[in-house]
Amino acid sequence: MMSAAGEKKPSVIESVLSHAVIVTLVAFSLYPVAWVISTAFSAGSAPERRILPVPGHFTFAHVVEFVTSPHVLSQAGSSLVVSVATALVGIAIALPAAYALSRFSFVGKEAGVRLLLATQMFPMVASAVPLYMVLEALGLLDTRTGLVVCYATTSVPFAIFQLRGAFDSIPKDLEEAAMVDGATRLGAFLRVVLPAARPAIAVTGLFAFMSAYNEFILAATILGKEEALTLPVVLQRYVGEHDAQWGTFAAGSILVSLPVMLLFYVVQRNLVSGLTQGGVKG
Amino acid sequence: MRLVFAWLLALGVLCTAVRAAADEPLAVWHAYRGDEKLALETLLAQFEKKTGRKVEALQVPHDAYAAKLTAAVPRGHGPHVFIDSHERLGDLEERGVVATIPIATAGLDEFSARAIEALSSGAGLRGLPLALKCLALYVNQDLLGLPPASLEGFADLRLPTGVVPLAYETRNMYFHAAVLHAFGGSQLGPNESFGFAGDPGVRSLELVASLTHRGALPEEASGAVVGELFKTGRAAAVVSGPWFASDVGQSVRYRVVPLPKVARAGQPMRPFLTVEAAALTPRGKADPGALALAEFLAREGAEVRARSGRQVVALRELPPGVRDDAFLVAFARQAEDAVVMPSSPRMRATWEPAERALKKALSGTVSPAAALAEAERRFDDVVRPPPARRSPTLAWIVLGLLTLGGSFRFWQKSRGGELGVALRRSIPAYAWVAHAALAIGALVFFPIAVGAGTSLFAGRQGEMHYVGLANFVEILTARGAPLLSSGSFYLVLLITLLWTVLNLALHVGIGFGLGLLLSRPTLALKPLYRVLLIVPWAVPSYVTALAWKGMFSRQFGAVSALVEAFGIEPFSWWARFSTAFSANLATNVWLGFPFMMVVTLGALTSVPKEVLEAAEVDGATRWQRLTRVTIPMVVPTMLPAVLLGAIWTFNMFNVVFLVSGGEPDGTTDTLVSEAYRWAFTRQAQYGYAAAYAVLIFLLLSFASKATSRVSTARAR
Repeated sequence: MMSAAGEKKPSVIESVLSHAVIVTLVAFSLYPVAWVISTAFSAGSAPERRILPVPGHFTFAHVVEFVTSPHVLSQAGSSLVVSVATALVGIAIALPAAYALSRFSFVGKEAGVRLLLATQMFPMVASAVPLYMVLEALGLLDTRTGLVVCYATTSVPFAIFQLRGAFDSIPKDLEEAAMVDGATRLGAFLRVVLPAARPAIAVTGLFAFMSAYNEFILAATILGKEEALTLPVVLQRYVGEHDAQWGTFAAGSILVSLPVMLLFYVVQRNLVSGLTQGGVKG
Repeated sequence: MRLVFAWLLALGVLCTAVRAAADEPLAVWHAYRGDEKLALETLLAQFEKKTGRKVEALQVPHDAYAAKLTAAVPRGHGPHVFIDSHERLGDLEERGVVATIPIATAGLDEFSARAIEALSSGAGLRGLPLALKCLALYVNQDLLGLPPASLEGFADLRLPTGVVPLAYETRNMYFHAAVLHAFGGSQLGPNESFGFAGDPGVRSLELVASLTHRGALPEEASGAVVGELFKTGRAAAVVSGPWFASDVGQSVRYRVVPLPKVARAGQPMRPFLTVEAAALTPRGKADPGALALAEFLAREGAEVRARSGRQVVALRELPPGVRDDAFLVAFARQAEDAVVMPSSPRMRATWEPAERALKKALSGTVSPAAALAEAERRFDDVVRPPPARRSPTLAWIVLGLLTLGGSFRFWQKSRGGELGVALRRSIPAYAWVAHAALAIGALVFFPIAVGAGTSLFAGRQGEMHYVGLANFVEILTARGAPLLSSGSFYLVLLITLLWTVLNLALHVGIGFGLGLLLSRPTLALKPLYRVLLIVPWAVPSYVTALAWKGMFSRQFGAVSALVEAFGIEPFSWWARFSTAFSANLATNVWLGFPFMMVVTLGALTSVPKEVLEAAEVDGATRWQRLTRVTIPMVVPTMLPAVLLGAIWTFNMFNVVFLVSGGEPDGTTDTLVSEAYRWAFTRQAQYGYAAAYAVLIFLLLSFASKATSRVSTARAR
């Protein structure tokens, strides 16, 4: 809200211009999504190339096909369980570590932070097979637990950066006051620091949730039971070697995206403050 | 007596073993969809009823099929039986995924001889044949009573305006191979050399180019476009496989006939034949139930698969119930005259260079001969023998010296006692980070370290040998080719840098501008705008990447329609580097600007109101307030996010791979998509791909170190 602080009333031209710019970009951001929606509700094909994404012949058939595919409910449940668990486990692992990085100085801290950043730079192409070996050694193949363990740990480095930034911006005086009043370090962390970092925790959790919710290669490789598959894997199955059921794929995509959109909507007020707090400050 | 006892014991062991096996359900993996899937499920249920053995089917997405098999089966997991096509089974046999079935040839009489030929390996059969897949001609009966006898004849057809005589994916090598075969060529030549070459190669390209030029074939047609054209009655005929029937459905009246002749060659078009088979894994081979299931699917199940799965079953004669089914009969006849796709690993390395040459030659940028010569060079480059085995002694010595040096430094530091004190003081902090360190160490660092270690090895998975730094030397010297030749590390690096810089500039530019606009207190509808602008971030990126790809399609794409509205003739976006790169860029900018917008909004809240007000009181203009106050104050907050954004963009794989796919001619590939190709499409050279990954890592860490040094220097 700050850059415009002090301007009392913008001229009409100016606000029209701002709205015009924003509306253009809103159109840019909705246009491809509108095409996905149009594909999802079109029966058959459109005769000509068109600018506006209007369905050819309106139909619910694709939606119905996706919704009535066998096991789809348990697969949706599986997706939610895996993603929520990923967010919870990821945050639980990242919180204390981020707090330590923000408040304590210890041997190996700098090296640890550098290593954490380094993990973000190595492309997944080369580390997928060894990861499978680790899961096998842990006896976690074919289980959702294994998937959650993978997702959660890969989301931890980014979560630590986020949360550490958030903790940095919380004044130390708060918890020191609590500790003077007799609280332990842990108690102060739980009762003073965590509530103050709530927006950042929510946003970090959302990121972890999303990365797990949208991933499919690892999920397809690890999971081995029809009912346990996550939705992106189910979606991907509509794309075959020679052809694809684009209508059903599109309908499924929309249904799969809805929960994330909803979450974004719920968290959106926190999104800005959460990110500022974390500020992805690194 | 003792002998009898031993027998009994052995029998007892055998019985318990069999019983243990019988308790476990048989696992079947497949990638079937639609009718084929339903037919398979029906058969599996019948098998369960007949034998009492439980069967568990798993449909695996095609994109993840091979990866899942090669990860699971060699380690003793995975299915008993899986369904795959024969040309992949050869490779899978070498990797220990397929166990051959030793069957006396006498029992195989009922199967199509070509199918058995395709599935035979030295040790036996790689699987029992289920279905034949090849191309044939779909004819729209309302537009074309009798299709022309030759491919060239399609150019002389008189059809209503707007109707293409023949549509197929001309730029897909699988389709073009049918023309190549007519001219006597082959994709994999004698002695496993590159076969798309010489006179047959050139003539096949010239023919397709001239037919396209004369309007007999569409300029650029993806599978989806071909389907649209046929379903809307705008293609009189289409070359496609049995899978196309379910897509067409009842939309047009059609029949299927064998492919036409190529008059210039005097021979018919001959498509590739692939045989889908039920294969056993080593685990399946150890379980008699698995072979029984494969036999059941292949033999007794044939009629159900043909009737309800619409499969061209791989039998010598179609089952009685479908013997009059014109569709199946046509495909079965075409299969008799098809070329069995070679199943050697080198065949798989032909696809990428062959297809690139095909696209290049048909787009007219180079002559067919030049395109083919380049393809041959590329193929030879990919299948070159791996670097020679090296003794790892030097590596051990270096590792030993490093460890020694490290411990010496540690010892030096700890001698003063300071380290001990510092360590003791760190213990409470360690209690807070221990679990994170453990988890990240095991599941993030360890896989990365092993992956990075792979870069010192070469050869195929399972038989890799140590080669020292040879992979890095090969990459950094462009394997003897000029350093900036196409596909070389340096050229791809330049493209990747251009890609990263442009994306980042647009992400930050748009994101920052929007952030500024949305932070104005007087703006109406702010919450609504904010939610709508975040939408690109919320939809899975593989979905939107595919949507963007569709929007750039020449025939049906919305972007082409927009371009047309401005009076520009729609063009192929993938034919030129500039347009293909722009398409990738547009997609990725779309995906990435919301993040920067939100980061900006966040950073702006850290600019104190008082400072801005003070600046205004001092008479600063708005521009001055922006450039002298706001921007300097948000830069430190935004820099880490921008840095992470740069890393993500540098390593962005989905967009490059799904939108342009590297077209034209691999020029829009970035380092990550190049690494991916080495790992998966170019003979699975994991060591080489890992070396790419290590180089990417080194580049990024160097760049981020330089950035942080600059930013701290500026902060001082």
